Amino acid sequence: MAVRVRVPTPLRRFTGGEGEVPADGASIRQVIEDLEKRHAGIRERLLDDKGEIRRFVNIYLNGDDVRFLDSLNSRVKDGDDISIVPAIAGGH
Amino acid sequence: MSYITNLKCKECGQEYPVAPLHVCETCFGPLEVNYDYAKIRSAMTRAKIEARPHNLWRYRELLPVDSEPEVGPHSGFTPLVHCKRLGAELGLKHLYVKDDTVNHPTLSYKDRVVSVAITKAREFGFTTVSCASTGNLATAVAAHAARAGLKCFIFMPEGVESGKIVGSTIYGAQVITIRGNYDDVNRLCSEIADKYGWAFVNINLRPYYTEGAKTFGFEVAEQLGWKLPDHIVVPTAGGTILPKVAKAFKEMKEVGLVKGPNFKIHSAQAAGSAPVIHALHKGVDLITPVKPDTIAKSIAIGNPADGYYVLRAVRESGGWGESATDPEIIEAIKLLARTEGIFAEPAGGTTLAVALKLLKQGRIKPDETVVVSITGNGYKTLEAVAGAIERPFVIDARLREFDALFERLGEAKSAASA
Repeated sequence: MAVRVRVPTPLRRFTGGEGEVPADGASIRQVIEDLEKRHAGIRERLLDDKGEIRRFVNIYLNGDDVRFLDSLNSRVKDGDDISIVPAIAGGH
Repeated sequence: MSYITNLKCKECGQEYPVAPLHVCETCFGPLEVNYDYAKIRSAMTRAKIEARPHNLWRYRELLPVDSEPEVGPHSGFTPLVHCKRLGAELGLKHLYVKDDTVNHPTLSYKDRVVSVAITKAREFGFTTVSCASTGNLATAVAAHAARAGLKCFIFMPEGVESGKIVGSTIYGAQVITIRGNYDDVNRLCSEIADKYGWAFVNINLRPYYTEGAKTFGFEVAEQLGWKLPDHIVVPTAGGTILPKVAKAFKEMKEVGLVKGPNFKIHSAQAAGSAPVIHALHKGVDLITPVKPDTIAKSIAIGNPADGYYVLRAVRESGGWGESATDPEIIEAIKLLARTEGIFAEPAGGTTLAVALKLLKQGRIKPDETVVVSITGNGYKTLEAVAGAIERPFVIDARLREFDALFERLGEAKSAASA
């Protein structure tokens, strides 16, 4: 499945400064594995030692937080839109 | 003169220079401002603070600014109201409300954080300021930006109270509403901040912005006569204010402005958006996001990034937390208004409702000092309570009609009390 992934500033040194990169995979986990192949080092910024999404990383699939879907096992289709966003809080 | 030393990642400890940065490049953890407390200790005395104007800059040594602050000259130093009538009703002798319903100029605690963030934005040379907001923050950013002469873009979720949209647009800000909830707005804004290089007060200026919330705590301690309360109940949305109030109390001890006793800090959430309380009650660190559904829109954040730090601050202090349902929130708003003449927004009703629960549970004792944090004004959220109040009687302009009505009311009252 070919998708495009939006990458936040703190991770762009892995992507040669690109804010949006292509990737392949049938699940979020596979997309991250593919990103790692293309941009070595990016996986450990996204996943913790246990292989779970880091506490301060949010991954959105077509605008939905994947924690509401099937987390790393969420199914990815051709043309899906994936966004990696640092967790931030604002409020009120 | 600034006492900041650097920014430091709260998770992995990596240090960064003082710049518009908010996440650690290594672990994405949030960055926190560090100070030279030894220097502050000798520079900051009670007498010096007391001699300063009544605004949030009284505590400037413990705030992350270099310049002479010009933003928010009338913000902060809101009343700490000793609630005697409400206290008598509840059996609490030392009940206080920290009343940010009258914060200048936009009637919420956000005037504090925004004063600090926009001061910092100017120091960094930004000309456009912006925010993702469910309302109160938006009006604060718009108002302070206007006075500072900065361009302003405001992003909010569709469906917030109409007063909050009007209340931002009036200041000349460009308001954009997003089809989605607060978390959707936040996500979009992080992407915009990256691309357009604006000062988003709660994104790239977040480490500075959040420091402004400490002034809520500094003031409580000063207004109690340089003492910490036994308990303070604080609402939790994104998780900014609670850990910062705890930090404020600790810093005051650290620099010698107050001595013990230990305080307990308690978190209040609306039952329709209570991911932090769920984690607290389950005894876990992991906060599972929820889809918010409550009348307390100003605290309806389903995925609070700083929720983990709320849990930590609450547990460290020996405090607790509860959630309040929408009807409980409305009852508490009415109770505060009817006993103390303070009209809080639903976030304030939530906080009071939770304080009542903690009292019932015996976590708060009748002779202890309790501060209930009221962070926003009910006049901004009339829609939330409009359906829950008595309708007015309509009569002709004839004394006879009023006489008859008055008699009926008297009868209704004695029937009710019989």
